[in-house]
Amino acid sequence: MMTFLNFLISGISLGSIYAIIALGYTMVYGIAKMLNFAHGDVIMVGAYICFYAISRFELPPVVGVVLAIAVCTVLGIVIERLAYKPLRSAPSLAVLITAIGVSYFLQNAALLLWSPNPKVFPSVVGDGKVELFDGKLTVSHVTIVTITACVIIMIVLTLFTETTKIGKAMRACSEDKGAAQLMGINVNATISITFAIGSGLAAIAGALLCSAYPTLIPTTGSMPGIKAFTAAVFGGIGSIPGALLGGLLLGVIEIFAKAYISTQLSDAVVFAVLIIVLLVKPAGLLGKQIREKV
Amino acid sequence: MKNIKWSKTTRKNFLTYGLVILAYVVMQILGGAGLVSSSLKGMLVPICAYVVMAVSLNLTVGVMGELSLGHAGFMSVGAFCGTSTAIILQDSISSAPLRLAISLVVAAIFAAIAGFLIGIPVLRLRGDYLAIVTLAFGEIIKSVFNNLYLGVDSRGLHISLLSDRTNLGEGGKLIIGGPMGIGGIQKISTFTAGFVLIIITLVVVFNLVNSRAGRAIMAIRDNRIAAESVGVNVTKYKMMAFVISASLAGAAGALFAMNYSTFVANKFDFNTSILVLVFVVLGGQGNMLGSIIAAAALTILPEALREYADYRMLVYAIILILVMLATNNPKLKSWMDRLKSSHKKVKEVA
Repeated sequence: MMTFLNFLISGISLGSIYAIIALGYTMVYGIAKMLNFAHGDVIMVGAYICFYAISRFELPPVVGVVLAIAVCTVLGIVIERLAYKPLRSAPSLAVLITAIGVSYFLQNAALLLWSPNPKVFPSVVGDGKVELFDGKLTVSHVTIVTITACVIIMIVLTLFTETTKIGKAMRACSEDKGAAQLMGINVNATISITFAIGSGLAAIAGALLCSAYPTLIPTTGSMPGIKAFTAAVFGGIGSIPGALLGGLLLGVIEIFAKAYISTQLSDAVVFAVLIIVLLVKPAGLLGKQIREKV
Repeated sequence: MKNIKWSKTTRKNFLTYGLVILAYVVMQILGGAGLVSSSLKGMLVPICAYVVMAVSLNLTVGVMGELSLGHAGFMSVGAFCGTSTAIILQDSISSAPLRLAISLVVAAIFAAIAGFLIGIPVLRLRGDYLAIVTLAFGEIIKSVFNNLYLGVDSRGLHISLLSDRTNLGEGGKLIIGGPMGIGGIQKISTFTAGFVLIIITLVVVFNLVNSRAGRAIMAIRDNRIAAESVGVNVTKYKMMAFVISASLAGAAGALFAMNYSTFVANKFDFNTSILVLVFVVLGGQGNMLGSIIAAAALTILPEALREYADYRMLVYAIILILVMLATNNPKLKSWMDRLKSSHKKVKEVA
């Protein structure tokens, strides 16, 4: 029973990281209708910034994370301006390939800047543990902070999109860009803000991911990126609660598959579950089924 | 001389065949004269494999209009099945070209079966959801082959998953060794074989596209509902394109694998799928000649940039982004259109 709980908690913790990354994917997809494959690499950049801030310049971890968020937010806006904005009216495949180009660029720039040698990431919250039930159940501080961060981000983001003016503009743009523009919404600025928020979240995810799994290499972001993308689709891409649900489920399934089925085949199990879910609900768990009009 | 009027597509198809044959002849002559550098010589078979991959993916993406992010999965199926066949037949068939041909056929058949099985769930979905499921299948195929053990001995074939439980008898040989992949491959892939495979691929794809089935597939791409309403069987024709695309990718995978003495399942991952997709998009969707040129050029490009060593992949990424930005620039596009129309006018006057 306790081992089950242990697995469940580590699953939720991993799922929270996936959920934070998936939020970035899902928001960008919702508004720009593009699969931003470079998102995973923004995570990696965030983790590197955080790493250098903490271990080279010996800044306190909080400052490191804030710095990473700031750099990634700017990076997100710059990428959007330079690479995606000129392609607003281009076919979606062209945008996809450009995103892949940006992903290659970030990975190889990281390779040159920070060398391919793996870095050991110092946990941003220390190595402490909380022991429950006479030490039968141990929960590390990283896990607690990760889950708390995910919950806070979800609440803030939901409030942001539901109540603020910018949030409403974002929802309007994702529903109908043309109509939003006619209502006086600055669509380009709104898309930039979405990218900024998504990239800032990626920085947080990067710091948390590398605190839990401390090896940092230039390709650190790609597999979690793909998994989080899967999570976003799982929950229904474009939907913020869907990203949370998809991320959490994916994390839990992955850890359980590792624990009870097989370590090597865990990825296969995760993707198989995704396929089954999409067959039953073709638009994801919480996705809106859009009816085709003829 | 009788003036035969060929349609525009026929002319373009013959141009494609002609250019491929010309490239082959030129490479053979240069190779015979010893003018081909050894690094380029080593890349000839991979280029052929990537060309076949690009053309087959173009069938899915360009002609059928569905984005597939897991094409490397079929390449993987073909590589493992084809190479295993070649190793099993090593003693019974001594002629290398014949063995290669049989292996490629087996690879194509197995990849086609995989394509059919995957197509059943995949083709029910649409758009980005279809793309993500193909990605998922690609990853599943990679995981499975990473944990698959296949051995052969006097009692026949032995397969096990996760750990090596093949219990081979005396004289038995482990062919697929899980994460170690396949080792000890005889390098029987040749440039000529690659060339023949490209020609076969082009014949298959061009004939499919210009047939009744091909027109049905393109009708589905352009407007599924309209096609359905005039009685086109959507599932059947989509499945046809998908399975043919998968089997060609399988043959390409076997050709690619038998150019190396050893390979692992991780060679055919998401990045490989993306690489081939880049060829297709840069070459132009539905444009087979474009795919061929893009595949050949982009396989050589990183090698050609070798003198920049560490910077080459960075340069590659920048070129990729700039090309996408340039080809989709509205100003540049209208300028190109003007150029084309003025060119036409000149022709009409003449």
